[in-house]
Amino acid sequence: MSDDVLRIRTPIGIKYQYSAGPRVSSHLIGLMEGRFVGKRCPSCHLVYMPPRNGTCAKCGCLLGEDVEVGQRGTITTFCVVNVPFLGQTIKIPYVAATILLDGADMGMQHLIQEVEATEVRMGMRVEPVWRPREEWQPSMENVLYFRPTGEPDAPYESYAGQL
Amino acid sequence: MRDVAIIASAQAVNTATTTATPVEMLIPVVNQVLANAGMARSDIGFWCHGSCDYMTGQPFSFVSAVDALGAWPPIIESHVEADGAFALYEAWMKIQTGEVDTALVFGNGRSSSGDINRILTLQLDPYVVGPLWPDDRSIAAMQARACLEAGVITERAMAQIAARNHHNALTNPVALRRGEHSVEQLLAAPLVASPLRELDCPAHSDGVTAVIIAAGDRARSLRARPAWIRGIDHRIESQNLGNRSMTTLPSAVIAAQKAGVANDKIDVAELHAPYTHQELLLTAALGLGESTSINPSGGALCANPMMSAGLARFAEAAARIMDGSADRALGHASSGPWLQQNLVCVLEGE
Repeated sequence: MSDDVLRIRTPIGIKYQYSAGPRVSSHLIGLMEGRFVGKRCPSCHLVYMPPRNGTCAKCGCLLGEDVEVGQRGTITTFCVVNVPFLGQTIKIPYVAATILLDGADMGMQHLIQEVEATEVRMGMRVEPVWRPREEWQPSMENVLYFRPTGEPDAPYESYAGQL
Repeated sequence: MRDVAIIASAQAVNTATTTATPVEMLIPVVNQVLANAGMARSDIGFWCHGSCDYMTGQPFSFVSAVDALGAWPPIIESHVEADGAFALYEAWMKIQTGEVDTALVFGNGRSSSGDINRILTLQLDPYVVGPLWPDDRSIAAMQARACLEAGVITERAMAQIAARNHHNALTNPVALRRGEHSVEQLLAAPLVASPLRELDCPAHSDGVTAVIIAAGDRARSLRARPAWIRGIDHRIESQNLGNRSMTTLPSAVIAAQKAGVANDKIDVAELHAPYTHQELLLTAALGLGESTSINPSGGALCANPMMSAGLARFAEAAARIMDGSADRALGHASSGPWLQQNLVCVLEGE
């Protein structure tokens, strides 16, 4: 028994080159310019922001024209994170929300800050807080978080179709 | 058994690299095969996909392929972590159940995402062989060396295979590699993994293949001359290389027998043999003779899109039936080191 090999270590290393693809690239370039660029489905005409993997899954087709959507948006739903975990960089409790940017037909996830977690609500209007321009990368991380604009809440009917 | 036939196919032009995402590569080919069949997405009863997450390095990357299908309203769909030809086998069985009459089968792979010769090492036994990191070419070269030493093949015969496939690929618009080479030129080329030379090895590529199969009268209504699947069989050999014959392919012999290859003359055979010596071994194992035209497409030597090259062989074999140039064709797909897995399909015109 004592001489049996019970476990071995066999490290595996493979390098991969990831490609965003031509359709997502225009979105990433937009982020380098401080803009939110989504894409319209040529079949169902919905505006995807971000443009997923360049396709409309509902129609099974490639997304078409670029559509720049608004900087401001509406919280359609959210959750309050109370659980600490390894590598957590944000002080709990904090809010992760689905935000429907003005002119987009799909919500996107982002962080909500500059407001107590207990104050966040569905329909709340929010705007992005961008990192300093010199730190911009082709990444949604250029936006540190979203914060309330102080506008009146969006009516429920305006985002009910997202729920 | 229900009669099932291949009625349409489409392939992407094979490329050495691509910047498109896998799903962006899929959509034009799915659209093309539907157009070739005169069908709409709503006419497809079952969708079956072959791909491998090791190709992209992303767990569950195959899920995004469903985005190419327009899965709304919901569809019946499945996936095999293998070449699309094995997805075709599943789809054929699905039609046998009587649940559906049509299936769209597709396979795709982006070999350029990583070092494909190294990625293929990960299919080896992970305890004893894998940790030594032999790459795909080295494993294949061991087999070729054993066959040469045993007198089963010759280097000249290997060069003849390379010459014929690259010549045949001149008329294949989707091939990655093609050209006229004399046997002497090929034998004078440097060795890349002795005894293999560059053109003994597959032209790994980024590619997509899609095929539509249909049952009975549905097939007849969609295609004047469907390529009927008269026999199909899949056999696998041991994963342990030490247990394997290096000079024969017992699994291919059994698959050919079960698929009924020898029942009549085979006009055309499309063999998924990534290396030249493997085409020689397969030709012998399948019992193919002088009267069979082998790999009119140029085969995997001239375009080996991982997870789609086997299905491409089925597509090419079926095309010869559908265009009337052959009455009986063989499609073959393989997987694993030393042709560990063999799927043999006999196709006939009516």
